[in-house]
Amino acid sequence: MAESESLLETPLGALHRSLGGRMVPFAGYAMPVQYPAGIMAEHLHCRSAAALFDVSHMGQAEILGAEGAEDAAAALERVTPADIRALKPGRQRYGLLMTPEGGIFDDFMVANLGDRLFLVVNASRKHLDFPLIEAALPAGVTLRPLPDRALLALQGPGVEAAIAPLAPALAALSFMGVARAEIAGIPVLASRSGYTGEDGFEISVAAEQAEALAKALLALPGVQPAGLGARDSLRLEAGLCLYGQDIDETTSPVEAALTWAIGKRRRMDWDFPGAGRVREELANGPKRLRVGLKPEGRQPARAHTPIQAADGTPIGEVTSGGFGPSLNGPMAMGYVARPHAGDGTALELLVRGKALPARVAATPFVPHRYKR
Amino acid sequence: MPELRFTKDHEWVRQDGDAAVIGITDHAQNALGDVVFVDLPEVGREVAAGEACAVVESVKAASDVYAPIAGRIVEVNSALTEDPGLINREPSGEGWFFKLEPKDPAEIAALMDDAAYARFVESQA
Repeated sequence: MAESESLLETPLGALHRSLGGRMVPFAGYAMPVQYPAGIMAEHLHCRSAAALFDVSHMGQAEILGAEGAEDAAAALERVTPADIRALKPGRQRYGLLMTPEGGIFDDFMVANLGDRLFLVVNASRKHLDFPLIEAALPAGVTLRPLPDRALLALQGPGVEAAIAPLAPALAALSFMGVARAEIAGIPVLASRSGYTGEDGFEISVAAEQAEALAKALLALPGVQPAGLGARDSLRLEAGLCLYGQDIDETTSPVEAALTWAIGKRRRMDWDFPGAGRVREELANGPKRLRVGLKPEGRQPARAHTPIQAADGTPIGEVTSGGFGPSLNGPMAMGYVARPHAGDGTALELLVRGKALPARVAATPFVPHRYKR
Repeated sequence: MPELRFTKDHEWVRQDGDAAVIGITDHAQNALGDVVFVDLPEVGREVAAGEACAVVESVKAASDVYAPIAGRIVEVNSALTEDPGLINREPSGEGWFFKLEPKDPAEIAALMDDAAYARFVESQA
């Protein structure tokens, strides 16, 4: 394939190939969509034991202020409605970058490291996010991208027991806690978070030590590698949005049912980009809402499947859809006109011209098991 | 058992008396991954060679299955509805999709044989 010649490699490219990873292009990188076990087995293993994902394609950066994390937090609030100033040292939070029109520019994780903020953004948006953030920073606050760091996600109910002997400090973290630690003698920055709905860690490590760390984690009891395919089915079962699919510059936080990512203080001050649209939609209700969808029977409905009311009126579109291995059935999410957004509402998904009966369903499809 | 013939879309065909049995190859099931659903054609439907007439869905994606030759659908493998994993486990056996009554049985012989298909898969790698 000619396109593979121009694809970027993560620091774990050689390891993926040695493990039999099937490499596919994703956001400009060659990434493993699965290993020989297959998506179904990798997904189920993550829910029952522990899975290791390479997410080094994601963008990592630090924001440094003249007076530490405090002015960095105030600066980041210029581009997000999240309450960053209330984020305590050692804690991480989910946030949205906004367009001036009230659309979602990207979503991110931000951690307060005491003397600085640590950011993780989407691979497909990092080349846009970093200039957007940089342009909003006042003198004395700087954004420092960290392209020389890898990111690993270790996810599943078996993770804590597996990692505790190596790094007791990490096992003591609660959900969304962040700490520097050493794993097998390798310095890391780890947060108790993930994209699967399971307990686990996201671990930032220097690129040159990423392979040694990955091998040490894969050697732990019960840990198996998992690819992007399982990552996608796990996050959809967990009801989590994928940027570019479920949220983008046209969707607002209110439409996307991500209003919880807007800080209470920010909702009184309305001092973030796109606040006008958000305020109007919170007051009057959005025209459409992101909802979970549960098709009847076994047939999945994929992204871009049209959604219609029982009388045939078009009311929306599926944005993510597939088969949930743990759910043992099809699942989807998408946007529907607000009158049809109530849990249990009957509607139809137009799959290859045939109307497939479905219902609006609460998410997550599979309960979260975070370490609160 | 009569030999299999193959298409560039990774279906196989096996003559079975007056009918032609159709399925997808081991290479195809391996590329698709775990099959979770199949949409089979209606019995009695007339199909042209190369016409999309079934859909196979894996965890990852949906893919069309094409009629390798022209004919009329005479039977579908209803066992796949209950156990679509048969396609992964026995792609050229119990995991067959449907049977056609060929319009022109000579069309089967014109498809790739085992060696030609192996070379084709090799050339696509």
